[in-house]
Amino acid sequence: MAHFNRHPITPWILLAPQLLIVAVFFFWPAYQAIEQAFYVEDAFGLSREFTGLSNFVSVLSEPEYLTTLWTTTYFSFAVAFGAMALALGLAVLADRVLRGAHAYKTLLIWPYAVAPAVAGVLWLFLFDPTLGILPELLSAIGIDWNHKLNGDQAMLLVVLASIWKQMSYNFVFFLAGLQAIPKSLLEAAAMDRAGPWRRFWTITFPLLSPTSFFLLVMNVVYAFFETFGTIDATTQGGPAGSTRTLVYKVYEDGFVGQDLGSSAAQSVLLMVIVGVLTLIQFKYVEKKVQY
Amino acid sequence: MRYNRPGLDIASHALLIVGCALFFLPVWIAFSASTHEMGDLYSNVAPVWIGEAGLDNYRQLLADPVSSLGADVMTLLFNSMLMALGIAIGKIIISVLAAYAIVFFEFRFRKLCFWLIFITLMLPVEVRILPTFKVVADLNMLDSYAGLILPLIASATATFLLRQFYLTIPAELVEAARIDGAGPWRFLKDILLPLSKTNIAALFVIMFIYGWNQYLWPLLITTDADYLTIVVSLKRMLTTGDGLVPWQDVTATTLLAMGPPVLVILFMQRYFIKGLVDSEK
Repeated sequence: MAHFNRHPITPWILLAPQLLIVAVFFFWPAYQAIEQAFYVEDAFGLSREFTGLSNFVSVLSEPEYLTTLWTTTYFSFAVAFGAMALALGLAVLADRVLRGAHAYKTLLIWPYAVAPAVAGVLWLFLFDPTLGILPELLSAIGIDWNHKLNGDQAMLLVVLASIWKQMSYNFVFFLAGLQAIPKSLLEAAAMDRAGPWRRFWTITFPLLSPTSFFLLVMNVVYAFFETFGTIDATTQGGPAGSTRTLVYKVYEDGFVGQDLGSSAAQSVLLMVIVGVLTLIQFKYVEKKVQY
Repeated sequence: MRYNRPGLDIASHALLIVGCALFFLPVWIAFSASTHEMGDLYSNVAPVWIGEAGLDNYRQLLADPVSSLGADVMTLLFNSMLMALGIAIGKIIISVLAAYAIVFFEFRFRKLCFWLIFITLMLPVEVRILPTFKVVADLNMLDSYAGLILPLIASATATFLLRQFYLTIPAELVEAARIDGAGPWRFLKDILLPLSKTNIAALFVIMFIYGWNQYLWPLLITTDADYLTIVVSLKRMLTTGDGLVPWQDVTATTLLAMGPPVLVILFMQRYFIKGLVDSEK
């Protein structure tokens, strides 16, 4: 690459805005989050004391934290699995039909633009115990719906809203993946008398594995972080913590409970989780998982 | 021919149509509820067809202040629009410049700058939310547009994307520009920017949606109704204590909240798909 060499000042002028913003709004707060995690502050925020790893020890030995960790894991995989299975099914169908594929794409991608909180409110209305259509249908088959009291139902509500929003993201990637598979492979298999079902599982699905793996990581990251809005607008983590995720707990402990040390330690643990997920992605997605 | 099965084609179309309809259903139910008066709405289960009130609820929400919010919905839409545009345009400007410096200039600490910027890809704002709040409070930026916008610009997604694109630009182009006596600013303005048009459009779509849909950050730093965004306002409208939720207003506001980003996706679909796929490479 040819460079502009004789302009020593210009690159710094160009970089200044980005470096300044990153320094003030990223590095400074990130450093403070890490520092805060090793201190305990008194009730009035006047003095603080270095306590080493004790914030981490108390977070990790708190039964509530472990419950939340389990809830988050369970929630994330439910969302990832649901949103991916649904998207794959629809993408396979849209890839099959030659006519109208573009129209279906338009009709299926718009939920991506809907904010997680807005998606939550739409589903909250569908499931509203007094007005909702779904509780009415469910009561016909003998199910009494009230997500304000029933933890499993609250979980189902946030999972469905999150899947509804995330499906279109996965759909775009699965459709692109499917369209990249050489048709000659599928035609050859068809000549060897492999039916559509068999062709899907022995050719299409293995060839999609890089896409699927990438999407799995992205969906888990989505479920961890972006669903905060969905949860806050619908269940606020309740009832009795049954839909409380790790990010929601950081918010509750830090902003509502004002336990800064614990909240900071939880943030650092979250950073570690994101870091691990990103590393996994770099390591395996680069290598193109394939059978 | 074994490969083509007309029966399967019809079944595929049928399933796709059902799928599209099911995805649209929550929006339709919300829309029909928003066209009823509150008394009407609470007389039965949520209606599946348009009601007598028509668009009256929308008119009222946009014009008159909503008591639970202290602002009318038009103000909320304006705030959201300003935040989304600020984030999208701000991010694009700083990224175009930073990526240009990193790719086309030779200077000391280039590698270091590269890493300082790209490490921000690792941490979403949700993780460092508390200390960022403190910084913004110290800078006196709570309840301000700058406070809503600036912290969300501090990530390198756009810089990374533009860098990838700049790297594909042939060296001969830079060479030729230099021989013709064009300095770095001239090269940026007359050659690089026109070449990046599609990439910038794609970035704009992704960043606009990202900005419009922010929730946690505006929720924390705005207490003043004048700076409330429409996505955040929904929860306040839902919080009624013991009273009945005014669902006709909530559903109308919900639809107004999803309108602009959905329209952006539908009208800029080509750029949207490009942006989505590029930003994950």
